[in-house]
Amino acid sequence: HIRVTLCRHVHVKMADEAVCVGPAPTSKSYLNMDAIMNAVKQTGAQAVHPGYGFLSENKEFAKRLAAEGVTFIGPDTHAIQAMGDKIESKLIAKAAKVNTIPGFDGVVKDAEEAVKIAGEIGYPVMIKASAGGGGKGMRISWNDEETREGFRFSSQEAASSFGDDRLLIEKFIDNPRHIEIQVLADKHGNALWLNERECSIQRRNQKVVEEAPSTFLDPDTRRAMGEQAVSLAKAVKYSSAGTVEFLVDSQKNFYFLEMNTRLQVEHPITECITGLDLVHQMIRIAKGYKLQQKQSDIPINGWAIESRVYAEDPYKSFGLPSIGRLSQYQEPLNLPNVRVDSGIQEGSDISIYYDPMISKLVTYGKTREEALKKMEEALDNYVIRGVTHNIPLLREIIVHPRFVSGDISTKFLPEVYPDGFKGHMLTAGERRELLATAAALYVAAQLRSQKFLGDLRVSIVPAESRQWELCVELDKGVHMLGVSRAGNNYTVEIDGEKVEVSGEWNLASALLPITINGKHRNLQCLLRTAAGEITLQYLGTSFKLRVLSKLAAYLSKHMPEKIPEDTSSILRSPMPGSVVAVSVKPGDNVAEGQEICVIEAMKMQNSMTAAKTAKVKSVHCKAGDTVGEGDLLVELE
Amino acid sequence: MDYIYQVRLTTHISSAIGSLTHALLQNARCYSVSHLSVQERIEQKRKAALTGGGQLRIAAQHKRGKLTARERLELLLDPDSFVEYDMFVEHRCSDFGMEADHNKYPGDSVVTGQGRINGRLVYVFSQDFTVFGGSLSGAHAQKICKIMDQAMMVGAPVIGLNDSGGARIQEGVESLAGYADIFLRNVMASGVVPQISLIMGPCAGGAVYSPALTDFTFMVKDTSYLFITGPDVVKSVTNEDVTQEELGGAKTHTTVSGVAHRAFENDIDALLNLRNFFNFLPLSNKDPAPVTECHDPRDRLVPGLDTIVPFESTKAYDMLDIVHGIVDEREFFEIMPNYAKNIVVGFARMNGRTVGIVGNQPKVASGCLDINSSVKGARFVRFCDAFNIPIITFVDVPGFLPGTAQEYGGIIRHGAKLLYAFAEATVPKITVITRKAYGGAYDVMSSKHLRGDVNYAWPSAEVAVMGAKGAVQIIFRGKENQAEAEAEYVEKFANPFPAAVRGFVDDIIQPSTTRKRICRDLEVLASKKQTNPWKKHANIPL
Repeated sequence: HIRVTLCRHVHVKMADEAVCVGPAPTSKSYLNMDAIMNAVKQTGAQAVHPGYGFLSENKEFAKRLAAEGVTFIGPDTHAIQAMGDKIESKLIAKAAKVNTIPGFDGVVKDAEEAVKIAGEIGYPVMIKASAGGGGKGMRISWNDEETREGFRFSSQEAASSFGDDRLLIEKFIDNPRHIEIQVLADKHGNALWLNERECSIQRRNQKVVEEAPSTFLDPDTRRAMGEQAVSLAKAVKYSSAGTVEFLVDSQKNFYFLEMNTRLQVEHPITECITGLDLVHQMIRIAKGYKLQQKQSDIPINGWAIESRVYAEDPYKSFGLPSIGRLSQYQEPLNLPNVRVDSGIQEGSDISIYYDPMISKLVTYGKTREEALKKMEEALDNYVIRGVTHNIPLLREIIVHPRFVSGDISTKFLPEVYPDGFKGHMLTAGERRELLATAAALYVAAQLRSQKFLGDLRVSIVPAESRQWELCVELDKGVHMLGVSRAGNNYTVEIDGEKVEVSGEWNLASALLPITINGKHRNLQCLLRTAAGEITLQYLGTSFKLRVLSKLAAYLSKHMPEKIPEDTSSILRSPMPGSVVAVSVKPGDNVAEGQEICVIEAMKMQNSMTAAKTAKVKSVHCKAGDTVGEGDLLVELE
Repeated sequence: MDYIYQVRLTTHISSAIGSLTHALLQNARCYSVSHLSVQERIEQKRKAALTGGGQLRIAAQHKRGKLTARERLELLLDPDSFVEYDMFVEHRCSDFGMEADHNKYPGDSVVTGQGRINGRLVYVFSQDFTVFGGSLSGAHAQKICKIMDQAMMVGAPVIGLNDSGGARIQEGVESLAGYADIFLRNVMASGVVPQISLIMGPCAGGAVYSPALTDFTFMVKDTSYLFITGPDVVKSVTNEDVTQEELGGAKTHTTVSGVAHRAFENDIDALLNLRNFFNFLPLSNKDPAPVTECHDPRDRLVPGLDTIVPFESTKAYDMLDIVHGIVDEREFFEIMPNYAKNIVVGFARMNGRTVGIVGNQPKVASGCLDINSSVKGARFVRFCDAFNIPIITFVDVPGFLPGTAQEYGGIIRHGAKLLYAFAEATVPKITVITRKAYGGAYDVMSSKHLRGDVNYAWPSAEVAVMGAKGAVQIIFRGKENQAEAEAEYVEKFANPFPAAVRGFVDDIIQPSTTRKRICRDLEVLASKKQTNPWKKHANIPL
């Protein structure tokens, strides 16, 4: 099939040579070893860098590469295996004199034995299947009863999900920090620690904001952690880059958590402060070269912050995946000391097949304060349209007093936002700034709509005015504003207070850089309609406003109140056709925009998607059915 | 003016006076004594005209969620720009007690005049439901005709705000004559000045034909209705049970019948949107498409377009993503967004200049052409052509929709309308084939053969008689190696080259450069002059 082969994805575009390894579902492509082995053979690749995720910690894959004489850019299979097993890794760590969390790992006979073990360790304890990764299936127990219950769940899960009966019961560290040490080891027995990364800001055990170094570690603790990490690496004859994760309690006691035998997502911040290119180092090491640096060569230069920009709705459980097409996309790369690692571009689809991460946004500064300021600016100048994203949450975290002072733990998000994230809470002054900006933008747009160019047969009688009386609605609050203009400068009077707003007022630009009362602000205009609706992104959060003339606002009281009909929970066939596939079943949770079924009409497959994030209530069609227009397909709760 | 007021007033006072001469004499005689009272009467009449049917009826109008005729005009027009005509006109009916003073309302049941929208001239009428339910009297019709006549002479659009219970039954045939007078003017003005109807209340019976004759009909959701006969008559004639809303509400007309071009939430929303819409339109057929100040760079690249067309030709994508990406500031005023969704039409701007956009929508019924989409597209193209608005066409069409429903419905003559419209259009025509351009539908969609000025193909374009599978089944019927033949066909025809080597497309372009190209072409084509042979009028297959 000859088709125009356009390089559609950034990673493909950047590559000198590209091989398609299969369709979007990862099990058929990036997790499909056969396909990747074929690509290796086809291109005659000498080595494979497995990235992160997918096959990066898969010893089978490493073995297959080795059998073909192809270098796996990562540690050898022994280290992958040893560190991949929760229990074995802890045993090795203990032997290497690495602090481990007091606990038991192995087969627990019954609930009573679990209770006994818990008693020895001291409550609270954590119970989970030892083969389960991360925080998956983790249960916290504060007493004997909960321990029995935890044993029951975890042993069931261990048997059913992993086919491995072993359980892990260990001391549960309350309010811990997640701090990890980057190590680099070569094949000649040399190993270095490249300082720490503070990754405590997490939601559902997934990292959101990371920084290097940590505000919490003093040089002694840092060295102690670094040396233990190196000792562990040496104990497993580790080569390549790796990460040793620790939990650190409020007394700076640190405990080994696990070792990731691959490059970490958040590695750029270590690169920023050490000046080392980790991927470059991995390739050197894989080739068999010796490390060129000594421990004393590893600096901490300045401060780096990483925000994980996700296609997620942060207002739902700090982030539920959303999908869609990036109708507009602009990374803030024009700013100095900003690094954006991404694999997408304007027009890309954020699909259900991959992690919903849009990019890693890294800022760097001589000091933490500088890096944080830069992050504010970078987030404000990041243009993402078409998918819901978590910039509102990121923007709030990095300015939160607790975060700014370094007072964080892995419980930061639930503690700071116990009722869930609600977006930026406006102060009275900020509210005025926002109202004034909306009013000025409205007037600027109104004035432009009177500017007709060219020769006009019938002359224009402009309704030019220097004074406007406007009514601006925000969060059900209604404000009467007086606006006056001098060129591009607007003076907006709100409740007796004057706000000066000036800017270029480029109505086509996604970004709206303005000066409010002498302060520079980077807002974004997300929506501006003829009916006066204006949505502005301000301090990371988007706010819906409505600007009306005084007259229109006055007459609004006569407009009938309309209760919007909720059609989001019912999916009907928009056309006659046949059902090709149904991707959900009752009880499934679906994300907004997720495919529910595929209808084929006119030999064209049309993807029907969920209008909201919800649970599937009922499914009224199956593959092969013929449906008419308007037929009920699926109901959501 | 003052002089005339006095004459009318005097006549009113002494109704016995028959001749104008006498009236003038009379006037001269009592001028000194009655001057004050005349002024008072003027004020009184004006005040009465401003309150229409009175406070009670105004309150009732508001309670229905509707604004008054004057409030609507105030919102539609620039502040203080409204110049009212015929404030003193009263109905002339003397039957059924209509001649009584309390049944006379200065201005009668419609407010007319001219004003400005964003500084540009427009003629308006706004029917006043508070006066006899906005019913149409001879005087009412006469007022509307007056502004329509002037709009045509001056060359400025007419906007009608409809809110009328129908004919003034007391006036009988005079009311019917009034409708016909308006219809005639609607027809005469058609193609001369843009005419827009905004239905803001009932509009029933013969009255519906005035909006139907105008270029665009918009409706207000929940408070406006358009039907030939109401639910009661429907029940008695066909025994159908149907509500007002189902029969002729905004939803019906914007999704099922295609009578209305768009619906808005309420009066305010509708009027503000109408102001915005007005900016797209030239004042008359003598004026070029308007150009407004534009902040969007004309040479902006649109990288997202390079990846928008899926590799699999059976997979859909949203044509609106292409339209939004290419036009100024992503602003697209879609016409009939919920009717015949397999074709997308509407107004946008390119480097500030109004353009009409027509595009097949692969997301709906694969973007095929059927009866409704052909008619929808044809009417839009003809409007653009009549008013000097360049047409940009995006083509991804698998063909005309097959089936008995379509054939029996007359797809042949309806499909011909779109073909006709594109062929006769003499405005600048730019066409971009994004993917499929199959069969007769390729010819129809503003092809080179129909005098397309600039025709582009994206690299993903396939200009062919039909899809590979169908073609192979015909060419190699009964032969083996169908798959091989199909591959050969695909290589030969499922790409832009066969059209490009023949000059049927002018260039194969990188999708991301489409905006830049179109803006440049429009600059060049701005001075395009093309005429069709003289004819009394053409004969489009209606």
